[in-house]
Amino acid sequence: MRLEIVDRRDFLVGAAAMAAVSIALAGPCAAQDRQQPLDEALKKIMGDAKPVDGKITLELPEIAENGNTVPFTLSVDSPMTEASYVKALHIFASGNPQIDVASFAFTPLSGRAAASSRMRLAKTQDVVAVAELSDGKFLLGKRTVKVTIGGCGG
Amino acid sequence: MSKPRIKFPETAKAGNIIEIKTLISHVMETGQRKDAEGKTVPRDIINSLVVSFAGQEFFRASLQPGISANPYISFYLRVPGPGDIRFIWTDDAGNSTIEELKLNVA
Repeated sequence: MRLEIVDRRDFLVGAAAMAAVSIALAGPCAAQDRQQPLDEALKKIMGDAKPVDGKITLELPEIAENGNTVPFTLSVDSPMTEASYVKALHIFASGNPQIDVASFAFTPLSGRAAASSRMRLAKTQDVVAVAELSDGKFLLGKRTVKVTIGGCGG
Repeated sequence: MSKPRIKFPETAKAGNIIEIKTLISHVMETGQRKDAEGKTVPRDIINSLVVSFAGQEFFRASLQPGISANPYISFYLRVPGPGDIRFIWTDDAGNSTIEELKLNVA
């Protein structure tokens, strides 16, 4: 009988803790795919310019099992000379609570317009990349990543 | 911040493009997470890595909380000749970790 009471108490304490965890997670994880902040972020970089044709490569897994650490590589084929180079690459996670992830700046000395890192993805979403070219033009790229376990920081 | 790990070829030829890989230990606290008492854990991230060759900057990463803990960053350098590569990581508190390594040119 005594044992039974202890078990029940443990269960209740456990359940309360679980509830607290889900409340804590509700904020960031409840984030919707939000087009508006993405549009604003792109406008901040591109102004009123429209992206031109050209290839920006986003290497990302199709399915990310762990959203806490998703490897990515951004690259653009460019001669990387004073006359023509990629000034910057920006990456955005459209479904994260904060959509900007990183910006990488290059010079002709970089030799290649490419950078790799690892990002957090809260859930399945589109990852968007923008390349800023030395002639003032922009390239835009997008990849969808399915996330099995979200990187909600819980 | 702990001592970072940096990897690039031991020797290179002038004009070659080499890959440089870096890793530094850091919690990269997003500022979105809540602790057990429901209080928001304040943001604490490494927000930049600046890399220069012989005093000339050639790569700069501006990082947001969307970058995973223990940030790994790799990038490239077109080797101008022998010289020192300098790496500066800076966190939200303004603390910097600086490393300088010699690039040997064959």
